[in-house]
Amino acid sequence: MNLFLDAIAWLFSPERLEGANALPVRIGEHLYYTFVSLLVSAVIAIPLGYYIGHTRKGREVAVALSGAARALPSLGLLTVMALLLGPARADVAAIIVFVVLGVPSVLAGAYAGVQSVDPKTVDAARAMGMTEWQILMKVEIPIGLPLLIGGLRSAALQIVATATLAAYVGLGGLGIYIFTAIPLRQYDVMLGAALVIVALALLLDALFAVLERLATPRGVLAAKHRNISARPNRARETVEPSRA
Amino acid sequence: MIEFRSVSKRFPDGTIAVEDFSLELPSRRTTVLVGSSGSGKTTLLRMINRMVDPTSGTIEIDGEDIARVAPVPLRRRIGYVLQNSGLLPHRKVVDNITTVPLLEGVSKRDARARALELLDTVGLDRGLADRYPSQLSGGQQQRVGVARALAVDPNIMLMDEPFGAVDPIVRADLQQELIRIQRQVAKTIVFVTHDIDEAFLLGDQVVILEQRARIAQVGSPAEILANPASDFVADFIGADRGRRALRAVHTDGRTVLIDRDGRAAGVLLEGEPGE
Repeated sequence: MNLFLDAIAWLFSPERLEGANALPVRIGEHLYYTFVSLLVSAVIAIPLGYYIGHTRKGREVAVALSGAARALPSLGLLTVMALLLGPARADVAAIIVFVVLGVPSVLAGAYAGVQSVDPKTVDAARAMGMTEWQILMKVEIPIGLPLLIGGLRSAALQIVATATLAAYVGLGGLGIYIFTAIPLRQYDVMLGAALVIVALALLLDALFAVLERLATPRGVLAAKHRNISARPNRARETVEPSRA
Repeated sequence: MIEFRSVSKRFPDGTIAVEDFSLELPSRRTTVLVGSSGSGKTTLLRMINRMVDPTSGTIEIDGEDIARVAPVPLRRRIGYVLQNSGLLPHRKVVDNITTVPLLEGVSKRDARARALELLDTVGLDRGLADRYPSQLSGGQQQRVGVARALAVDPNIMLMDEPFGAVDPIVRADLQQELIRIQRQVAKTIVFVTHDIDEAFLLGDQVVILEQRARIAQVGSPAEILANPASDFVADFIGADRGRRALRAVHTDGRTVLIDRDGRAAGVLLEGEPGE
């Protein structure tokens, strides 16, 4: 418990707001890596996921590649990337690693969203005379949006946690406290920085939870929370027991 | 008029759904395709709006080979009603009805006004316009499905077992509504069902199908009842059962019809229906 208090004390020490190593600066860097990586993941994975979901082609390949990408150890990949690209482009190396981490979740969210649409609904849309593009834009994407955001949500969580590694290749972010504290055995600093990362993760998770809810089409929400008692039910009236 | 000429369909898995099918479907009349599952009736229906393309043979609408019409514009001028309505769950009733008119460039205001009229046509309260499909009963959803099919004022309406998933009371109600609507709009309706009673009730022309869409008999309900072409047809329509086989008995100067068990089914009247 003492360590915990030390960590809190470290966090709220006035020095945390000073100098090049100030906490807000590191949080900003951490979020920067997170959002850039999430954005790149989305740009790669969303169109691909929609293509797979709509055409139902290439799902096996995507699943296999996603599985492989998830199995890659981030720290090892980061080391290799940093060596390949050189210290001047360590930021690119780090973002590549985070993107590799984020793509599988976003990809799964995008195609699961499209595939979650009832095939009969898609068939009806096509039979009405919607083009394939219109089916995707007006039917599959809106109905599948909550699942896509769910994919972005889990990608964001993994990236924000792993962005700690940026400091390992000489970049900023909250990992810098941890990596400098390890050789010095400053456990309060390590724990304090870890707490900030946890807090960021929880905040992002809450943000995406709200987005997910907002993105659920109202008609689909209505189906989930349908008020059964408001509908006429003849059977119930006839079986009502008499109070004799 | 819709005309099938020697149409066959073999699916990629080798199943032959339709084999050498030829038929004329007259304009502004209801043709009912009836058969058990596997008779290829839905495949026939879906060939008319090119949801399925025939392997061989041609289909013409008013003399135009539909293989030469791009599927999307073709589908937009053909209404389609299917089982479970196929409404878009994330759009309100009114937005479901205006979907195709808006794609076709009708202004939002005109499309909405027309959608509200169509709610009247199919016997729904205009107050339901801003509900979502999931907030409607099965019967109401089917009515919205019919309204949506009518939204582009198509000459042809395809109906694939539209009343198959609702309870018998609602179904009877919807059947009567369809008869009423058809009297009002006079579309060329192609209706698929496995229910022979529904076929005889709705069809001007009834097509009884065997496996692979071989035509067992084509004719008006009266013609088929009077002269079943084969044992298959007689059995399918239940010619010797229930209300179908009635015997005339003269009682007190009138003719009473009784069924095989001797129960009175009705009175024989002279003259034309509707008089």
